[in-house]
Amino acid sequence: MKLDLKVDVHPLTRVEGHGNIKVRVKGGRIKEARWDVVETPRYFEVMLKNKHYATAPLLASRICGICSISHTLASLRATERAFGITIPETAARLRALGCHGETLQSHILHLLFLAAPDFFNEPSVIPLMEKKPDVGAVALRLKGLANRLCDVVAGRTTHPVSFLVGGVARMPERGELLRLGDELRRSLDDLAAVAELFSTFEMPDFVRETEFVSLEGEDGYPFIGGDLISSDGVEHPEDGYRTMTNEYVVRDSTSKWSRLSRESYAVGALARFNNNSRFLHPGAAEVATGFTLAPVNHNPFMNNIAQLVECIHVTHDAIRLIEELAESPIGELKAEVVPKAGEGVGAIEAPRGLLVHHYEYDESGILIKANCVVPTTQNNASIHHDLGELVRKYAVEGMTDERLELLCSMLVRAYDPCLSCSVH
Amino acid sequence: MKYLGIEPKKLVVAVFDFTGCEGCELQLANKEETLVAFLNTLEIARFREISSSESDRYDVALIDGAISRHDEVERVRAIRERARFLVAMGSCSCFGGVNRLRNATDIDEANREVYGDQPKETLFVRSVKEIVPVDVEIPGCPVSKDEVERIVQHLVLDVPYSFPVYPVCLECKQRFITCLFTKGQLCLGPITRGGCKAPCPAGGLGCMGCRGPALEPNFQEFFSLSREHGFSDRQIQDHLDFFGGFKEVDVT
Repeated sequence: MKLDLKVDVHPLTRVEGHGNIKVRVKGGRIKEARWDVVETPRYFEVMLKNKHYATAPLLASRICGICSISHTLASLRATERAFGITIPETAARLRALGCHGETLQSHILHLLFLAAPDFFNEPSVIPLMEKKPDVGAVALRLKGLANRLCDVVAGRTTHPVSFLVGGVARMPERGELLRLGDELRRSLDDLAAVAELFSTFEMPDFVRETEFVSLEGEDGYPFIGGDLISSDGVEHPEDGYRTMTNEYVVRDSTSKWSRLSRESYAVGALARFNNNSRFLHPGAAEVATGFTLAPVNHNPFMNNIAQLVECIHVTHDAIRLIEELAESPIGELKAEVVPKAGEGVGAIEAPRGLLVHHYEYDESGILIKANCVVPTTQNNASIHHDLGELVRKYAVEGMTDERLELLCSMLVRAYDPCLSCSVH
Repeated sequence: MKYLGIEPKKLVVAVFDFTGCEGCELQLANKEETLVAFLNTLEIARFREISSSESDRYDVALIDGAISRHDEVERVRAIRERARFLVAMGSCSCFGGVNRLRNATDIDEANREVYGDQPKETLFVRSVKEIVPVDVEIPGCPVSKDEVERIVQHLVLDVPYSFPVYPVCLECKQRFITCLFTKGQLCLGPITRGGCKAPCPAGGLGCMGCRGPALEPNFQEFFSLSREHGFSDRQIQDHLDFFGGFKEVDVT
């Protein structure tokens, strides 16, 4: 067979940050299939040093323009666990609501603005808005609602201002929360339309068996704190995250890579689904069933569908949280903060997967050491090995450079990588 | 499509990202109620974060991020050659942003801390105007979409626009927000340029100065006020240094 294929994508578009795909097939043999992160490194772990505890979450937030609420939440949790602080109930509910708002905002951005154009053979969502105005309208309504939810609860969607060490700075107005609750209820119809739309897309039938890592749900689908588990049966407490994530530096990427039981593992919506699907809201579980998504699913393209399922779950859960906030006395918003020397780990589920901040403080509340493990770092090896397997499967007679490039790009996009995060 | 009752000529815009979180670019896709109308006034030549279209012919280049590697220096110079207007968008682009905090640490030491024995290439972090001339600066972390829209309207339709030079304090008062100093927080509102409509104080956070100095700020008076409220010089300096907008200001 004289099959030669060549793919050079540098950098990949419609993802957050700069990453390159390179594929070489000569005479039917794969010479190279690789994923390199070339985003400029930022050194946040160095910049966080010598910072006051109140500044740490504000700086941590700047790691990412899409999941800044997640970085803030992980940072706050690390500090609060270092100081031995338990935040008040109302603050915990508001933070969970902010987390849901961000998950929804990020997933909708990915599904409808970044991923969907591939299925319509369009370069971006902009021509799509003209050609499919109904899809455009749904995308804008859902994204607008998710952003408003973040704005109301966290003060701002990108780089939140209302979450601080010990709790939250303010309680949103009751009427505003209730209105958001109503809008969220109505938005379930829009989400059903998105599910309908995605049911018309053909996800490539591609499988590479791997390991999935996430937080472990105890009494619900996990988002903030708790033990870490893998689909291969590995379990570690939050503080033992290093034995789970095992980061290492590679020559050609500015982002680190991770491994656990195999050559790679994956985090994100599909990992959360695979490890915790029993905790999904029935409305979300029903949609998963409709797409024949069942644990443990090893098709990385199904991460799109897992994100869609999670959009429905977090919308239902946000409605529940708003009802609880409306029915409960407001009480304290912030616990007393007394800095003390020591370490704390904060693990949360960011939209793209497991996110850990680990801080060490001196007795006056100044940071002396910081370590951050972000979702995309953990997905790099998985993306790389998936690319190899994808090329093995599709490098057959009749395949063209253009089609292979599209398939490879769609695969990487399915992970919804955040490369700015990954080079923190 | 008409926008503000006028059929505009389309301005060709390209968006580029450098060292940063890409959050400012993301703001361009926000404000959903006017997004379609806004995009209709533009032709997008490049916007890698949301589009696969790639063209090197554009009037306006919006630059997101600071400059911290040789390839970025080269890239921003090439963009300057092609663009009629070069707009620095966001605090990273205008001042270096939080990235500038890394300049306090030796590059080799920073590399050892993060990458061990496999250092990555990086430079002293700089703002865009430290490399090439900048026509318009829109500071903010993130930028306000409202302000970006008004500046684009200004460029497309000649709608007059000038940056506010008054401090954030004024906008806080307009919104009847309780002064953050009385709530025990340090706030750079008295010395920071307004125009953001004070989202941080409104959300319960003292201003961190992401828009840089207001016109003729009275630093000495601000330092006295902050010290009176019990803040140490170190805390004041940390706030001033956070976004790099006050990089020549020394509290001592």
